[in-house]
Amino acid sequence: MSNPLVDMEKPDVIFCIGTNMTECHPVAATRLKKAIARGAKLIVADPRRIELADISDLYLPLRVGSDVVLLLAMAHVIAREGLIDREFIEHRTTKGDAFLEHVVEFTPKWAEEITGVPAKDIETAAIWYGMADKAAIYYTLGITEHICGVDNVQSLCNLVLMTGNIGREGTGINPMRGQNNIQGVGDSGALPNSYPGFQAVTDPENQAKFTELYGTEIDLENGITKVTALDFCGDQIRAMLIDGENTLLSDPDRMHCEHALKSLDHLVVIDIFLTDTAQLADVVLPATAFGETDGVCTNTERRVQRVRAAVSPMGEAKPDWWIVCQLAKCLGFQGFDFASPKEVFNELCRVSPIYAGLDWDRIDKSEYQWPVPDKAHAGTPRLHEVEFVNGRGIFSIVRYRDPAETVSEEFPVWLTTGRRLQSYHTRTQTGRAQGIDYLLSEEALEVHPDDVEAWGLSNGEWCQMSSARGSVKIRVKATKRSPRGTVFASFSFSDVPVNILTGSGYDPITQTAELKVCPVRVELA
Amino acid sequence: MNRIQTEKERSTMTLDGKEVTFTKGETIYEVADRHRKNIPSLCYDPRLDPFGGCRLCVVEIDGARNPVASCTTKATPGMVVRTATEKIEKYRKTLLEMVASENRELDVDPLRGYASQELKTLVGRYGAGTGRFMGAQSGTSNMDDTNPFILRDYDLCISCYRCVRVCAEQEGDYAISIMNRGFETQITTEFNGTLKDSACTFCGQCVQTCPTGALADKKAMRAIDLPGEIEKTRSICPYCGVGCSVDILTKGDKLVGIHPAMDGPANEGALCIKGQFAFDFVQHPDRLTTPLVRGDAGELHEASWDEALDRAAEGFRKAAEKHGRHSIYGVASGRAPSEAAYLMQKFIRAGFGTNYIDNCSRA
Ligand code: SF4
Ligand code: SF4
Ligand code: FES
Repeated sequence: MSNPLVDMEKPDVIFCIGTNMTECHPVAATRLKKAIARGAKLIVADPRRIELADISDLYLPLRVGSDVVLLLAMAHVIAREGLIDREFIEHRTTKGDAFLEHVVEFTPKWAEEITGVPAKDIETAAIWYGMADKAAIYYTLGITEHICGVDNVQSLCNLVLMTGNIGREGTGINPMRGQNNIQGVGDSGALPNSYPGFQAVTDPENQAKFTELYGTEIDLENGITKVTALDFCGDQIRAMLIDGENTLLSDPDRMHCEHALKSLDHLVVIDIFLTDTAQLADVVLPATAFGETDGVCTNTERRVQRVRAAVSPMGEAKPDWWIVCQLAKCLGFQGFDFASPKEVFNELCRVSPIYAGLDWDRIDKSEYQWPVPDKAHAGTPRLHEVEFVNGRGIFSIVRYRDPAETVSEEFPVWLTTGRRLQSYHTRTQTGRAQGIDYLLSEEALEVHPDDVEAWGLSNGEWCQMSSARGSVKIRVKATKRSPRGTVFASFSFSDVPVNILTGSGYDPITQTAELKVCPVRVELA
Repeated sequence: MNRIQTEKERSTMTLDGKEVTFTKGETIYEVADRHRKNIPSLCYDPRLDPFGGCRLCVVEIDGARNPVASCTTKATPGMVVRTATEKIEKYRKTLLEMVASENRELDVDPLRGYASQELKTLVGRYGAGTGRFMGAQSGTSNMDDTNPFILRDYDLCISCYRCVRVCAEQEGDYAISIMNRGFETQITTEFNGTLKDSACTFCGQCVQTCPTGALADKKAMRAIDLPGEIEKTRSICPYCGVGCSVDILTKGDKLVGIHPAMDGPANEGALCIKGQFAFDFVQHPDRLTTPLVRGDAGELHEASWDEALDRAAEGFRKAAEKHGRHSIYGVASGRAPSEAAYLMQKFIRAGFGTNYIDNCSRA
């Protein structure tokens, strides 16, 4: 997030796109509700009539995968109406002229054809966003889990840059991160293209620094992403170490994934439960869980916070950091003689400029949001206040592309996937918490009541849902949350492995899977 | 650099004979609280709009005929306030005696909720538990609501409405409301039904603000009979990326419940159903408690750490020897702390000299 969570109570206009915040980030959503109670306007763009849509002032029900179109048309209106922030564009950005030229052709009328959103609502959304003194954008995987995920994000950046809604209280572009330490895992360098602290691996200076630090010559080219690695399993990739991820359920195209992991010579999984993925492993190493582990996590607003052990580990479970150290030592690697998580975290701080001003003791009170470049620095709640990281904000010329697969005669229905409030990810945790079943005992496919009738289904009964990759049985739930022609399911239940169906394509840059769009056929089971 | 105007308007007033400064807009209660006056209160929750219902926080002001509720009265320049005169303390005691007399029990277990000891503590402080008013109970418990999370024991309700207000003002769900008036007052949901059939999301915020334990955490209460003191450990919720601060409640080596941290920077006292109630996966019998190694017959069997680590290391060594260092790949977890991620990438980079490392954020 460019802005801190407290800023969510401050905007005049809130634009939520591709985020089911009340279910996925409920506590953050309470802050938005406060802003709304204070009089802020809420615009919600989402294919499904989610709860956020119900409390919005303007709801834009766009067709799945058509976000770029909507955002281009909004930019068109903002430019046409003269709502751009000329001073900001001039002083803080580049390529603005080309962009303003580019959007001239993308009228709301054109966008209505593709998105299904009435042109006049697109106009209104653009005018509200463009006129606001403080407008803030919030998004999650509904923006990124597309083959055009990067285009989507860049389109949002364009809106921010053309209106100067960044670097001030109550503004910004704010992706909400899904897992408790998904920010921290990237900060720590578990990425194929960057060392800890987002230092590019292709920069020879960084390479030299880490070669010296680690005592090993490290490749100057980017590694491959996990998606590519799975494709190469059994071929180039022969052995994998997976820490705490139920890849089989959470990744798209389950069959492909299972086949990939099975074709490895060697798979080691570290986890707290014997997940579907762990069951394929040659060695499973038991890790400590929440409440048993001392360590550091970084939240969605870049706040670096301590987690603490309150009880002893179950059985012989060990902290993940300890396990990796032991493994490294068994292999004779140097530099893994850590006695505590404190020593590990302090090394991370020493090697990454964004954490340079931090150490284990300083973060005791959760006071710092990175970057914290030195010990005298108070942290950075708000990014880009005076300057962007690379100097100027760059406008991107973005065009619409169809999703990897579009509806056809054979697969005439859009399936989109997501999460639910009561369960978390693949339910390895919530599925084992008493009482959750009382509210959410099984997965159901959300279908518009008209479609239930038209397709000869009935509410509460089973249906068969198939895509080009496979087929699952799932119960039907008639609800107007789904628009006609689009159905929704979560990927949380292993008895309804919706990820058998998904996985039609990947963003060419980030290789994020298109989990939000998958043409399917739905019929009576 | 633009200089931001941070200087707020400051004035002075007299508090129990001492001159103190305050910022425009502060209530008398807030000013007194800063000066550790410890004014008793029941309907006050610093996160909520002041309500002025319980009258326990009354103070005397020079020139005012009657005592005023300090939680709803703004401080004004020159004001002379007395927070604990004999008369006021007596009035407070009587009020507490009346409140206490309406409740079935005062001595509720702290596992019921974060604020559950407030009434009990005040009654103790004022020696007000004498039963002078032996009255009928107000509020009727809703024991038909069999939801597994929230006990609705309204026999203990004192009509402070903190639950209704926190649900509306903090959670924004408006799931519960007030029915009837006066002695008949009852907290209820729409159509007087169960929470499950209301707009309730089971965030638990009403439970944690209730000063009497009328609303209580059923999951934590399972541990009431466990021996030992309740201990609290500050940590961060294990679920989404908001990073809510929590206090883990333990008795001995058992994790028994969760309290939201009122001073948590990300959540300021809020949690959702997962953070509040889905903690018992931690000490679940399904947890992996020993390393497992695949045997010759293809089955996973229990192994010692030494055996498992040797096997794990051996596989990587062989792969690297036979297929080169680019045959090994690491996937770090977005659930484990950063130390794990840092070492995972170091394992791959320092150990094999490649950048063949990623995490689960792509899925
Ligand atoms: S649990 Fe949360 S949503 Fe439900 S009544 Fe209490 S405060 Fe409201
Ligand atoms: S249930 Fe608790 S919080 Fe709600 S009005 Fe009664 S005493 Fe107050
Ligand atoms: S605390 Fe002021 S009236 Fe209740």
